[in-house]
Amino acid sequence: MWPVWSQTNQTSNRLCSCFLKMACQGLQKGETLATLKKECESLKKKLEEDRGKLNDVELHQVAEKVEVVGALSIKTRRVLKGHTNKVLCMDWCKDKRRLVSSSQDGKVIVWDGFTLNKEHGMSMPTTWVMACAYAPSGCAVACGGLDNKCSVIPLSLDSNENCAAKKKTVAMHTNYISGCTFTNSDMQLLSCSGDGTSALWDVESGQLLQSFHGHTSDILSLDLAPSETGNTFVTGGCDKKANVWDMRSGQNIQSFECHESDINCVKYYPSGDAFASASDDATCRFFDLRADREVAVFQKDSIVFGASTVDFSLSGRLLFAGYNDYTINVWDVLKGTRISMMFGHENRVSRVRLSPDGTALCSASWDNTLRVSRSFPHE
Amino acid sequence: MTIRTARPDRVQHFRPRMHCLKKLEAMVVEMQDQKSGVKGSEQKLNVTTIPHVLTGKDIIAWIANKMKTTPEEAQTFSTMLVAYGYIYPLQNHKKLVMCNDSSLYRFQTPYFWPTQKWFAEDSDYAIYLAKRNIRKKGMLEPYEQAHYNHLHEWLNHKWDFIVMQATEQYKAGKERKKPDRVVFDCQERAYWIVNKPPRRTHSAIDCGPERLIDPNTDEKITFDQYRRQNMFYQQAIMRSKVKSSVSLGALVKYVTTYKNHDPFLAPCLPSNPWQTDHDAYWTLNMRRVDLPTKMRVERWSFSLFELLSDLRGRDDFKIFLKKEFSGENLAFWEAAEELKWGTAASMTAKAETIFKTFLAPGAPRWINIDGRTMGLTVKGLDHPHRYVLEAAQTHVFLLMKKDTFFRYLKSPVYKDIQKKALNPEAHNFSPAQLEQNANSRSPGIHPIILWQQEEEEKAKAAAASAPVDVKAMMSKIDRKK
Repeated sequence: MWPVWSQTNQTSNRLCSCFLKMACQGLQKGETLATLKKECESLKKKLEEDRGKLNDVELHQVAEKVEVVGALSIKTRRVLKGHTNKVLCMDWCKDKRRLVSSSQDGKVIVWDGFTLNKEHGMSMPTTWVMACAYAPSGCAVACGGLDNKCSVIPLSLDSNENCAAKKKTVAMHTNYISGCTFTNSDMQLLSCSGDGTSALWDVESGQLLQSFHGHTSDILSLDLAPSETGNTFVTGGCDKKANVWDMRSGQNIQSFECHESDINCVKYYPSGDAFASASDDATCRFFDLRADREVAVFQKDSIVFGASTVDFSLSGRLLFAGYNDYTINVWDVLKGTRISMMFGHENRVSRVRLSPDGTALCSASWDNTLRVSRSFPHE
Repeated sequence: MTIRTARPDRVQHFRPRMHCLKKLEAMVVEMQDQKSGVKGSEQKLNVTTIPHVLTGKDIIAWIANKMKTTPEEAQTFSTMLVAYGYIYPLQNHKKLVMCNDSSLYRFQTPYFWPTQKWFAEDSDYAIYLAKRNIRKKGMLEPYEQAHYNHLHEWLNHKWDFIVMQATEQYKAGKERKKPDRVVFDCQERAYWIVNKPPRRTHSAIDCGPERLIDPNTDEKITFDQYRRQNMFYQQAIMRSKVKSSVSLGALVKYVTTYKNHDPFLAPCLPSNPWQTDHDAYWTLNMRRVDLPTKMRVERWSFSLFELLSDLRGRDDFKIFLKKEFSGENLAFWEAAEELKWGTAASMTAKAETIFKTFLAPGAPRWINIDGRTMGLTVKGLDHPHRYVLEAAQTHVFLLMKKDTFFRYLKSPVYKDIQKKALNPEAHNFSPAQLEQNANSRSPGIHPIILWQQEEEEKAKAAAASAPVDVKAMMSKIDRKK
């Protein structure tokens, strides 16, 4: 449990800048690069030891008493065709049926997934729109990509209206935008970028509220914590690290470096106490935030291609992971085994997302389509 | 001002993200083993006999056996072998998939395997297209013609060299025996289909925009980065951690609690809209329903967070609090949320209102928090920022979580709604009805309209619960007289 927040934001920011000052001071007497490196390594070792002392049981052991998930029969119920190039990202609306998708062709489309109706189609001034998000109110969408900016577009009830004309630039980075999400309201936007930073923005004014530094290379994905305080988020990047950040202070509070290659996607467990990551090393991993360590690795010898996206089912029991070999694997989070595979896409799966009430799974792919699937649970 | 984006120039050198290449190569080498590999045969293609041709189903069966997987998974893996260019199809050469039937395939020569070392160069492609042009004038496909024109334009300075190379290769090719020539042509064509895929197709070589880091270079860590890392590790060591048994137990408990609410694990009543095309499930669970469903009410009991996240549940909680005359805690929590997630411009005004309503001595909805927190909060309000109420909000939330919430669950308000909650019957549609449903899917209410309705309701509620201005009321009554 976090200690009660007893410092103002200003004090904490001051502390943060104190640390930075300390860090940037010239080498002290007796300090060399080598001594610092040695200290770093011994500290890292101590941290691992501490983590190890509390490691009294493994996840699959705790899960032994849990009953097995029966066979899942998952069928595709909708195929959304309309993009003329790879679909890179998608997000559901809170109304559980609408979704927004963005593509390499520069288009952002808002669909009613249930009726297959295309409600809005907006052209961005850039190709490779790599991130898109639906606002919690359902009244706007955000998107960004190679233009280094994340823009918010208010939607209207009129399908014929050109929504892109009212586009407003909110986030500005110095390299491509890889992920964006609204916070609990339409007024704030979190973005992460290939320039290695993520940032919190005020939508109305475009003001930068907080920036987060710590990754040493591109950040590829971010996710906001669903917990009751909603003050943290996790990012994953090309430096193989998954970092957890405090939105209030801008500090990196936890870091996990277990993957062997770029982390393509990170997603919180529904309770907010854990998260999963998907990586180019063909594994997905599960990290427990309270125990501060990796607790499961989802891998198989026959899975050779990178995983690009993950999402949990509503209860957190199932983990859906999309891979570069055009398939989606469904993993049992507690037991660590694969329950089933989903086929159907004709190119790599770029994004999987469960609908807000967990009734359906949408998968976006480089084969220019999106598919909405659901399972027939066996009684 | 445009900021010059630093993009890596790895034009001719590098494909850093294909870690799977080694494993794929190992597999392909094994597949070509004389004794234990896939059995090939000679096949007649047009007039020529081509050696070492394999059928799709043989390849898939071999892989399924080798990797001990299902045929579908083996088919996926072999499709990737084709997509990367290790195996190429003889018929239907533009579609890079492995078909589980008697379609014919051949192993690509290692010279044309994808490699991390070099990228398919534009000048090589130009030579290839020029060669094709020499052989069969005007027989380039439209997309190839487009590439050719483009290359002709920007490689113009080298064009003589390119044409010369193409002619040389063409002549050398003519001197080969016919079967060898056909085989080589197929291989070369396959290589270029993978590296320059036809329009509206993709191959596995296409990786998306380059990432900025070059994983092959050693990371040079400067001393300030080390210092930062050391500080981070020191803080991480000091932070309290929980035993695995405790935290993992909590994760398992979460799964068990929500198991019946997960539409992928348990059926949802009356039916999953995506399955039956009937949206009753969504209509019954809308924001403002008179009677919620039993599952929804059960979910409110899981945690205070669930109860407050579901606005219908929050309404019910408010009814309970009203009866207890303790609604100010929740009101304060809601106001603090509005402040935290609101626009930057509105913060000062909101902070002031909150202070006047909840925190000032003698305020109309004064919240009862401990002196220290109150002191800190009031002090912070001198320079309000969005997290100024964090301490107070957490305190109030914990109070509600540990005390009020449990009393709510035992209260007649909750028990009443539990009794009254709906338990919809499972739909049982006939195939004809299902077809009808599919043809008449309801568009539902647009979220923008719902949002507008919500805003109106909120404004009404705020007006209704605002503390009564006695003076204004008195003057109104006086005026009426």
